[in-house]
Amino acid sequence: MPATAAKTVFDDVETLKRELIRCMKCGNCMSACPIYNVEKKESSVARGKIALGEAILDDKINIDDEILVKLIFNCLVCKSCMMACPSGVRFDRIILGLRAAIARKKGIPFVKKALFGLLKNPELFDKGMKAFAAMQGFFLTKEGEKARAPRGFLRQFGKRFDKDFVLPELSKESFRDRVSEVIDVENSQATAVFFTGCSVNYFYPDVGEDLLFVLRKNKVKSITPKQQNCCGMPVMVHGDIETARELAKKNLDIFEKTAGQYIVTVCGSCGSALKHEYPIILEGTEYEEKAKKWAERVYDISTFLLKVIKFEPPKGKVELKVTYHDSCHLKKSMKVFNEPRQLLKMIPGVTLVEMKKPDACCGSGGSYHLTHADTALKIAKAKVEDIKATGADAVCTGCPACMMELFEGLHRWQGDCKVLHTVNLLAQAYKKEEG
Amino acid sequence: MIDKTFIDKCKNIFGPENVLTDKAELISYSYDATPGIPREIPGVVVFPENTKQVQELVILARQTKTPIYPRGAGTSLSGGPVPLSKGVVIGFQRMNRIIEIDPDNLTATVQPGVVVAELNNAVAKYGLLYPPDPGSMATATVGGTVAENAGGLRGLKYGVTKHYIMGMEVVMPTGEIFRFGGKTVKNVTAYDFTHLFVGSEGTLGIVTEIICKLIPAPKYRKSMIAFFSKLEDAGKTVTDIVRNHVIPATLEIMDKVTIQTVENYAKVGLPTDVEALLLIEVDGMGQDSVLWEAEKCVEIIKQNNGTYKIAETDAERDSLWAARRAALPALAQVKPATILEDATVPRTKLVDMLVAVQNIAKKYNLMIGTFGHAGDGNLHPTLLVDPMNKEEMERVHKAVDEIFEVALSLGGTLSGEHGIGVAKLKYLKNEIGRSGIETMRRIKQALDPDNILNPGKLVPMED
Repeated sequence: MPATAAKTVFDDVETLKRELIRCMKCGNCMSACPIYNVEKKESSVARGKIALGEAILDDKINIDDEILVKLIFNCLVCKSCMMACPSGVRFDRIILGLRAAIARKKGIPFVKKALFGLLKNPELFDKGMKAFAAMQGFFLTKEGEKARAPRGFLRQFGKRFDKDFVLPELSKESFRDRVSEVIDVENSQATAVFFTGCSVNYFYPDVGEDLLFVLRKNKVKSITPKQQNCCGMPVMVHGDIETARELAKKNLDIFEKTAGQYIVTVCGSCGSALKHEYPIILEGTEYEEKAKKWAERVYDISTFLLKVIKFEPPKGKVELKVTYHDSCHLKKSMKVFNEPRQLLKMIPGVTLVEMKKPDACCGSGGSYHLTHADTALKIAKAKVEDIKATGADAVCTGCPACMMELFEGLHRWQGDCKVLHTVNLLAQAYKKEEG
Repeated sequence: MIDKTFIDKCKNIFGPENVLTDKAELISYSYDATPGIPREIPGVVVFPENTKQVQELVILARQTKTPIYPRGAGTSLSGGPVPLSKGVVIGFQRMNRIIEIDPDNLTATVQPGVVVAELNNAVAKYGLLYPPDPGSMATATVGGTVAENAGGLRGLKYGVTKHYIMGMEVVMPTGEIFRFGGKTVKNVTAYDFTHLFVGSEGTLGIVTEIICKLIPAPKYRKSMIAFFSKLEDAGKTVTDIVRNHVIPATLEIMDKVTIQTVENYAKVGLPTDVEALLLIEVDGMGQDSVLWEAEKCVEIIKQNNGTYKIAETDAERDSLWAARRAALPALAQVKPATILEDATVPRTKLVDMLVAVQNIAKKYNLMIGTFGHAGDGNLHPTLLVDPMNKEEMERVHKAVDEIFEVALSLGGTLSGEHGIGVAKLKYLKNEIGRSGIETMRRIKQALDPDNILNPGKLVPMED
């Protein structure tokens, strides 16, 4: 970043002081935190981690204290605490700022560094993912339709990879390879840039295809830039702000080239990165204005359909009892929770039944479920039980990372319930309409 | 005090997974929700799951003269669980089982770590209610609220924690287990220990089981909000309502500073040119009586030159309550930190107290927003401060001293619901006098001869 830029919470831990001071230690975050709910100790929750931040600034503990580092990384960054906070503590900045400070001091571990480096080079990353897709049979056994489970030798890499672990099959051909970059429609009412996100590109190409189909049905011209990068969220949560900034800048340059009116996302985390994190991490850089400009044009698909364009509801009937899971980043960061429900209710034949705590975190947290298997599994189990209790045929959500976690959880605890993205159902209804 | 032997013994008692010893873990037990009091990092934190473990810890602590600091969720506002002399924090968050709900005797028996809101969710299935509702009820534990004798928004009609505790099990500082009270409505056996231990702030014994009294949940309610251009009119409305024998479940007040800040922050549609607003909710089991009470309130509001809105639907009720819920969040936006006090006066002195707080704000050039439970005279003057500004903080401390002085001069009390802890220890003598302090010391010494239970709180041991 340029020398003239103001120091942000991601560059200088001292600047965190003005964020930390807002916390009055009321403890309201405890009732909202999925990790605290399982572990029942102060360091699990925002208030405890804020106290650790204060202790670092007061020189009571070193920022590279081994246990402290462990505790600071024990957070899903789900932002649930921020919803319950009466004094508006910006805990997302605090936790990411602390992680960035740790990363500066300790460096990013070798394996992560290699992986994050790969993200910065989309061609190499793409090749890697495809190679992995081709070889997945070596690592993963087939486990029913479109599911894979790790082979025995992988179990040594963590207890997460036990006999019940499954993940969706990696697509042999990535989504962005399958589709044309520009899909024009007659009398188009708008042009939308589709930011696919990595999960759709490699794991859920059907979600991407359904999204393009839904856009087409609503006379929206789509642009799916082939060269788009990872949104940066996965590296940002690990404290690698520099890589996140690089990815953000590359993506913004690509958006500039497309000259699209809007950006549409189908992933709460990607959407949240583009809409909220880019302007924050690029504060004080030459990209600040660009980040703000594009942030205003980012919409989750449900908001885009209902609030931005003239939406043509599907007429085809899909007889299904559906429950809806709120992705944390979609609800708590993008504030989108009414629109997906409205959409579901507009599909003929669909009945929406609410589960007990629809906005309780599913336990995924990107890689949290791999690094903190014990806690994550307990969080996921509660979610799965709530889903099962509704008796729904399908659980819908607006985030592929949640889809993976729910898919695995329902497999693990024998839930007879399909996992779908909201656009999957919309597309089904349009297809029924076509006959 | 706390050495390797002590920690090893703790691990034997509680199991290693229920003992925290790493510095980073311990730091997050150095505070509660009280601003401006000292912090201290404990020597060890333990999580009991049963009474026997608590007893074994007390015996160990007594042998080694180690201070014990019981802790619920740490949401207290007077410093109760802060481990001032290091020692061992005994955290009850994992001892959180609802042992029994008895809908016929109208009781619930719980372990201390049960969260108040969760107890209420559980008894709601039987159409019952556990009335004490402190602002922190979504997080606070029953044990913590018993130790602090917490109040809440429903205090005027339904009372506070001490009115809903029928018996308990306590591990005494000497290591004995003592059970008293029970499920009977009437019980005059022995001293009234319930009222001794409720509000004892963890200084006399460690509560390990609690029998709570439940009531049938009211079926009907009616909410309204009223605005006044004179503080006196608002105050008279409060006393007139009670004088007319209507006891609302909620009777909340917000002053001008709070109203303007709320409107500025949350845009809930409040008039910003009024001096005070009242949020009133009446409830009960019969529709007619609830309607009669609501009409009576409206009549009194009109007589006192107030304007009002009455909620006809749940959505309208929510929008009325939004103003009250936004009070603290809105005030918290203005300055980096807030100091929330709970000086309490007799209902008839409400206006005097509000005016006095406004004068103190002027005198010390501070921003103070006052809201609170008007019906029970329990106000929350909220000082908006910047802790990094030393000069301002000095003025803040003087202002707080004066707020308490005024409250006492009006026949009020230092604390309506937050407790004394460490935060108000220095004012205690002003309210209960020399003889009060001596009596407290004698009780403390009789029950806790080694002074190992939450030392430094509530009872000033030295002059």
